[in-house]
Amino acid sequence: MSSEYFDKKNRYSWKSLLKNSFSGHQNWPQARRMATLQSQYDVIIIGGGGHGLATAYYLAKEHNVGKIAVLEKGYLGGGNTARNTTLVRSNYLWEDAANLFEHSLKLWEGLSADLNFNTFFSQRGVFNLGHNLQDMRDIERRVNANTLLGIDAYVLNAQEVQDKIPILDCSKRSRYPILGASWQPRGGIAHHDAVARGFARAASHLGVDLIENCEVIGMDIAEGRIQGLETTHGYVKANQVGVVAAGHTSVLANMAGLRFPIESHPLQAFVSESMQKVLDTVVMSNAVHGYLSQSDKGELVIGAGIDSHLGYGQRGSPHLIEHTAAAIKELFPQFSRVRMNRQWGGIVDTTPDASPIISKTPIKGLYFNCGWGTGGFKATPGSGHVFAHTIAHDEPHPLNRAFTLERFSTGRLIDEHGAAGVAH
Amino acid sequence: MLNIYCPYCAEKRDEQEFRYAGEAYIARPERPDEVSDEEWGDYVFMRSNHKGLIWEQWEHVAGCRKVVVVNRHNVSNVIQATYTLIGGKEAFLAREQTTQGVV
Repeated sequence: MSSEYFDKKNRYSWKSLLKNSFSGHQNWPQARRMATLQSQYDVIIIGGGGHGLATAYYLAKEHNVGKIAVLEKGYLGGGNTARNTTLVRSNYLWEDAANLFEHSLKLWEGLSADLNFNTFFSQRGVFNLGHNLQDMRDIERRVNANTLLGIDAYVLNAQEVQDKIPILDCSKRSRYPILGASWQPRGGIAHHDAVARGFARAASHLGVDLIENCEVIGMDIAEGRIQGLETTHGYVKANQVGVVAAGHTSVLANMAGLRFPIESHPLQAFVSESMQKVLDTVVMSNAVHGYLSQSDKGELVIGAGIDSHLGYGQRGSPHLIEHTAAAIKELFPQFSRVRMNRQWGGIVDTTPDASPIISKTPIKGLYFNCGWGTGGFKATPGSGHVFAHTIAHDEPHPLNRAFTLERFSTGRLIDEHGAAGVAH
Repeated sequence: MLNIYCPYCAEKRDEQEFRYAGEAYIARPERPDEVSDEEWGDYVFMRSNHKGLIWEQWEHVAGCRKVVVVNRHNVSNVIQATYTLIGGKEAFLAREQTTQGVV
């Protein structure tokens, strides 16, 4: 659990807090090292979001792979990591997916201690509401599947849901009455920026070069093997390259001459003004299509659906916001006069089976971690952990063996549309 | 919000009247029995999904219920042109030849 790679000066603790308070907090050491792009690396990770930074961190910590760099075209954690609704849970239906997300959830549970950085991980529970008989059958099936895998999951009836969430409208008056819910008490939320910064700081201390404002514009591939990358900071040689570029996966795949079963869609979210704490858990509803939680600052964080059409513009259509706002108001009538503060869109990389691709490619030394669609944040540590293993050993970790690119020709799909939370 | 011109209704209508129907002009293998699993998987699942001008299908579900082809830039959302399925094919092939599919 302890993170020995931080020396006494750089380690955050109550002692360092006390010591620095005497000097007015003016002498804190820089959280991470500034790095410039070298001419050659053993492993390069493209994409400095949560997943990319986690990959670099676990590569440096657990695998002896040499010199590592993370290339980010904007700033670290500025893409989908800064644009999601921060939910963490692992109640997926199929064994492959549930095991992967549960692995991630277990890493979340020790992450703040591991990174010596508070990720504000709060296990406040996640409710998935059922509004009709089929919803409830699906919920029972998923809860049973989870229980068999040792994942905490419960089926609650409407009264039990009402007892746990007093402000939720569980009456029969509502247009889509709530019949019950699945409940995962170990689910919850974490702070998106803190996760990215925590991984970045730890990776940087382990010697990873984090290069910002460095966009990859071409791939040098010869003899079926990756040789290096063309970037806006110049050419860089690389033995192995891991691509973790979320919505821009297809753009990078095109550079390598590969085709992926991915479609990039805008996904929107919005946040209300801060208000008193009224909701101490996470509520999701597939049927009326809304999900929300309340942040530590008291804002309601609300996720909308994806736009049906492809888009790279990081914005979506207003009618989807309207639809989601209507759904939230249906569940929580008293939120009807809450004012919304801001709204944004991210680009999500959806796959046909709503499951990610963490895979080797036909090009030696080139690996892709993508297709997380609308639910990548919860997997941040687990995704990085198994992807680091895949790169270091040139073969998948047992937990991501099923998440190959080949499954789209063999037909062994992992259909998680039911548990994905957002229809796509 | 997109405003899509429907060539059948000869009117510009709201995006919400349409249903998205994916990438346009994906060629179905001529002899499905003979293609390999990889080729079939490519036809069923793989998509170009490039950034820039794309060719896509929209179904005018709340209007004439016909499928129209839209040539749209997926960053700016500017619609260059709208076609009928047959009418767009020529323009699509002409554009493909000049740009080798990369726009």
